Amino acid sequence: MSNGFMENSVVRWIEHRLPIFSFIDHSVGSGYPAPRNLSYWWNFGSLAGVALVIMIITGIMLAMQYTPHVDYAFDSVERIMRDVNHGWLLRYLHANGASFFFIVVYIHIFRGLYYGSYKAPRELLWILGVVILLLMMATAFMGYVLPWGQMSFWAATVITNLFSAIPLIGESIVTWLWGGFSVDNPTLNRFYALHYLLPFVIFAVVFVHIWALHVHGSNNPLGIDTKGPQDKIPFHPYYTVKDLFGLGVFLIVLSAFVFFAPNYLGHPDNYIPANPLSTPPHIVPEWYFLPFYAILRAVDFDFLWIVPAKLGGVILMFGSIMVLFILPWLDRSPVRSAKFRPIYRQFFYIFAIDCVILGIMGAKSADGNTFGMTNVFISQVATFYYFAHFLVIIPLVSTLERPKPLPSSISEPVLKGGGSMAGATAKPMEKA
Amino acid sequence: MAESTVERTQDDEGEDRRDFLYLAAGAMAVVGTGAFVWPLVDSMNPAADVLALASIEVDLSAIEEGQAITVTWRGKPVFIRHRTAAEIEEARAVPVDELSDPESDDERVQQPEWLVMIGICTHLGCIPKGQKAGEIKGEYGGWFCPCHGSHYDTSGRIRKGPAPLNLPVPPYEFLEDTTIRIG
Ligand code: HEM
Ligand code: FES
Repeated sequence: MSNGFMENSVVRWIEHRLPIFSFIDHSVGSGYPAPRNLSYWWNFGSLAGVALVIMIITGIMLAMQYTPHVDYAFDSVERIMRDVNHGWLLRYLHANGASFFFIVVYIHIFRGLYYGSYKAPRELLWILGVVILLLMMATAFMGYVLPWGQMSFWAATVITNLFSAIPLIGESIVTWLWGGFSVDNPTLNRFYALHYLLPFVIFAVVFVHIWALHVHGSNNPLGIDTKGPQDKIPFHPYYTVKDLFGLGVFLIVLSAFVFFAPNYLGHPDNYIPANPLSTPPHIVPEWYFLPFYAILRAVDFDFLWIVPAKLGGVILMFGSIMVLFILPWLDRSPVRSAKFRPIYRQFFYIFAIDCVILGIMGAKSADGNTFGMTNVFISQVATFYYFAHFLVIIPLVSTLERPKPLPSSISEPVLKGGGSMAGATAKPMEKA
Repeated sequence: MAESTVERTQDDEGEDRRDFLYLAAGAMAVVGTGAFVWPLVDSMNPAADVLALASIEVDLSAIEEGQAITVTWRGKPVFIRHRTAAEIEEARAVPVDELSDPESDDERVQQPEWLVMIGICTHLGCIPKGQKAGEIKGEYGGWFCPCHGSHYDTSGRIRKGPAPLNLPVPPYEFLEDTTIRIG
């Protein structure tokens, strides 16, 4: 932060009592040195933060117009769309904003998978990120129920029924979640209360996430530790400006959807008011849940006679996220960046394709065929691969693979004036 | 602790009065917290007005053979099907031990022509198709759940797909030949 600013007497008076200016400076200012080689893949963290703020602001404005009652919810959303000044803009920003929030966070996660950002000393940072993902999913699910259309209602029914798979106490849990014997007004009310609350919980966890980030600083595309000031540049102005540029691109793409294709990512059935007596012929979740939905449906067989199909699907679906929690201990390679891990890099891409296949399968009907194979069969293979990637491939590759030599520092090739990341001088990275 | 000026009774294991006090206070704190949290949790369970939803009476006389109606009970759809002789025959002919949720047709009906069940798929709660004429009834001529492809037979028993159980039969009784009370 410029010295002139810090010398201002008002600033100094406040700073002496509450060191908020140095706090900001050390978080996103010139007082926070970041690796000098961060690429655009490092934009998505700050973008996710902006997306959260957009969701909270548009959400609060919507909440002023929305009525959480089964008889009025649908109409109050239609009123937002037709009568409330700019209500259509608020709602389309909020609905599409949720999708874009997930796009940004998924890219952010895959960035972490590629560059090994989950490895020591950033395990807790990664775990906090997975917690945020879980909270986001819960928030988005409950938000989607609020307009009380057909998809809202049946999404609420199917997802809450997942808990009925739990042996013995499952049914009681579902009744407790519903506050009745089916998804009804008590359910809508509590979902609204929680949908309002959870984003602020997310905000708090994001705060801790960033706190943990600043202890060891950002990882970087080379995945090696910074060795000194020559490897770093101040966050402000270098990365503030880069983040702002990325934000501009993000807002253009978001606007393209909000203004030109606001319902492209949604489902037309949600413009039909909820009808508890008729399930739409083809129900699908929002796109960002499709891979998990495919995993859920993949299990159509009882496992070892003790785990019935329904429970098996639910376990695997939740397990697909839980496995991310233990990833830092499954991957035993001390080398972070996939740039220097030729074998892991290939499996990384196969894994990404596998997730896309799961997403496509999640969107298709369960009893259909693709390329002459049943969708269930393809989902089963893709689900098997998903778990094999984490539980078999990553542990094996990380012990068997011989990584490429690492550059000795971030700045060396730059300061020597050329791409001389010479293998000869490289020494393997110290165990992080 | 050893420096304590107050003399304390101490047994061989080195446990003293203070350990007991810690444990007792801790246990009280746990019980007290639990006693406070439970009402919060329980407040989310069905409220008295939701539980009080009365039973309903249904007049069956207008339902022709081969037809079905759906009524609502406790917010749930109840399927009532006036089965044809062929449907009853089909349901009875199935060997019970071949079923994944074994139940004979007799156990599921009070009068064979009237099949009364809760019309909620036992997989994840969708409403199966097959009530209206012309709707797809699945491979076993009963009901078909479009959500994840569960097939139910003419007795409402699960035959194929991810659902684990047969469509449940609600408590009901015949008041007259063509009137039932559900609940
Ligand atoms: C993590 C941040 C959030 C996410 C991911 C999220 C997600 C969603 C989604 C997917 C919908 C359904 C949109 C539709 O199809 O109409 C929705 C609706 C809604 N949300 Fe949020 N939301 C977030 C934050 C908030 C906050 C902080 C509030 C209020 C303080 C809020 C209030 C509402 C209201 C009132 C609706 C119903 C109106 C409508 O359907 O457009 N949301 N939310
Ligand atoms: S809810 Fe009927 S098959 Fe899944």
